[in-house]
Amino acid sequence: MSIDNQVFLQNVIIGLTVGGYLALIALGYTMVYGIIELINFAHGDLFAFGFFISLTIFAKINPDIPLHGANLYLLLPGVAILTMLLTGSLNLAIDQIAYRPLRKAPRLAPLLTAVGVSFMLEAIYAIWKGPSQVPYPRYFPKEDYINNEKVISFFSKLGLDITTWRIVSFTTKDLFLFSVTIPLVIALTLFIDRTRVGKAMRACAQDREAAMMMGINVNRIIATTFFTGGALAGVAGMVWGLYINSGRFTMGFEAGLMAFTSAVLGGIGNIRGAVLGAFIIGMIKAMSDSYIGSEWTRVVIFGILILMLVFRPSGILGSTQSIEKL
Amino acid sequence: MTTLLEARGVSKAFGRLIAVDTLDYTIDNNSINSIIGPNGAGKTTFFNVVTGYYKPTTGKVLFNQHNISGSRPNQLTRIGIARTFQTIRLFNNLTSLENILIGMHHRLKASVFGDIFKPPPVRREEARAHEEAFQLLEYVGLKGYEEHTAKFLPYGHQRRLEIARALATQPKLLLLDEPTAGMNPNETQDMILFIRKLRDERDLSILLIEHDMKVVMTISDKVTVLDYGKKIAEGRPSEVQKDERVIEAYLGRRALEMLKK
Ligand SMILES: Nc1ncnc2c1ncn2[C@@H]1O[C@H](COP(=O)(O)OP(=O)(O)OP(=O)(O)O)[C@@H](O)[C@H]1O
Ligand SMILES: [Mg+2]
Repeated sequence: MSIDNQVFLQNVIIGLTVGGYLALIALGYTMVYGIIELINFAHGDLFAFGFFISLTIFAKINPDIPLHGANLYLLLPGVAILTMLLTGSLNLAIDQIAYRPLRKAPRLAPLLTAVGVSFMLEAIYAIWKGPSQVPYPRYFPKEDYINNEKVISFFSKLGLDITTWRIVSFTTKDLFLFSVTIPLVIALTLFIDRTRVGKAMRACAQDREAAMMMGINVNRIIATTFFTGGALAGVAGMVWGLYINSGRFTMGFEAGLMAFTSAVLGGIGNIRGAVLGAFIIGMIKAMSDSYIGSEWTRVVIFGILILMLVFRPSGILGSTQSIEKL
Repeated sequence: MTTLLEARGVSKAFGRLIAVDTLDYTIDNNSINSIIGPNGAGKTTFFNVVTGYYKPTTGKVLFNQHNISGSRPNQLTRIGIARTFQTIRLFNNLTSLENILIGMHHRLKASVFGDIFKPPPVRREEARAHEEAFQLLEYVGLKGYEEHTAKFLPYGHQRRLEIARALATQPKLLLLDEPTAGMNPNETQDMILFIRKLRDERDLSILLIEHDMKVVMTISDKVTVLDYGKKIAEGRPSEVQKDERVIEAYLGRRALEMLKK
């Protein structure tokens, strides 16, 4: 394979990994917007919370680095579940304390509150973990699946010579990231499509008052939505930590903006749209970082956001409510 | 005959506008009750008070002798109050079947866990719910439309689906806000027969807002006339029809004088 093709292939892999964790964050944005028409600006900071709290849990347990054996197969999922529960609960609490009293207020009120919550969370993280980059230990073993003796000999038996694929790498970490993000995205979509609570969520998203008058406890549905969205953002933060191995108290802001853009791109309020948008943005980011220059990536992404808002505010797959209503 | 619902001195004010003004109102079991009145008379607002969407500014509402003022709409659905809307408010992106299942939501017991892993009892409950939903759709004349998305149904079918969704909650009191609005005479006639059938077959009372006098006079056990939030007449259709204040409220004083001549 030529160098150019290898670079491209590597960028595709990066795009998919970025898309995966963005999708987990974007889902929370879109679900909350779908139900209470709130752009939850603090949502990205839940992602950061997932990063910090999982780091804290690991530090308490203090396992050998990298994780192996039982630690890899039991401790890791355990920490992931605990992180999801804690981040989900935090999001639930934020909603109950900060947004619920404003349910009938004009839309700008909860929106500004969300901005305020975001500042508060970031300030808390800065005090808790310090204002500089926080290292996340390399708990997850990294092994390349492509530049690897066994794999090379396996492929050569099939008549494929991959020894020249020096630039491409697909590591255990990539596999780990996909095996967390993709099943969760699918599980959430199935949950919303197939289950009774999911149906109730969709009903609330379409007409909250009518849903209430059909006997649905709308407050409980909203709470479920915040919990689920928070849990997904939380696990995304943990996966990011294990993958990138560093983060900072403001990390939620940047990730949140990209996830928000993904949600708008796909059609805010639309579950599949958020996933599609996340993978498109992930891919654009990877390509832009590599071919245009990473200093331009934000310009490219937010340029797309602006164009989308101007020319097709309901997004690629169509939003449940147009964002114009904001 | 026993009383199902009783409103005592119920008012609802929006700022200085008093949309419903110290209204006393009762509904007997198994009866069809109509509320008529000019636009803005407060009919829909009264619905919104009865269904718990608004808390009355003064007065209280009793349902089966229990005070329900201040209860939330979803709580009232559970104890047997259901409604349709003046402008159709279906869950447009859901299928007919799913719309009905939403109406049953509060009666199904599966927890979130049961919902995800679907052990046999949950599966059985789901199967029963589906069967009931199919029957209900057939009952309102929508057999074969189970998988149609609500927003693509013809208008008359949407009205029926909305009623079926309300019936799915198993109401004792069904509130219909202008169910024949936008219907042609044939469809209206069908609706009249259907509303009667509901009262006779499903052991419920109906509270109806309706502008079509033919409908009101044909099916009501009791007609109440509202004007500026106040009750100005009440009685059997034949009584109300003759009431001067009603004619005046509807057609104006001049018309009344002309009729008298
Ligand atoms: N949420 C609200 N806020 C302020 N005023 C309201 C509100 N809802 C209704 N009103 C006012 O209360 C009065 C009664 O309205 P309502 O909708 O109950 O009338 P209606 O009898 O149902 O009329 P129509 O036959 O046109 O449906 C009207 O003057 C209306 O403008
Ligand atoms: Mg009305």
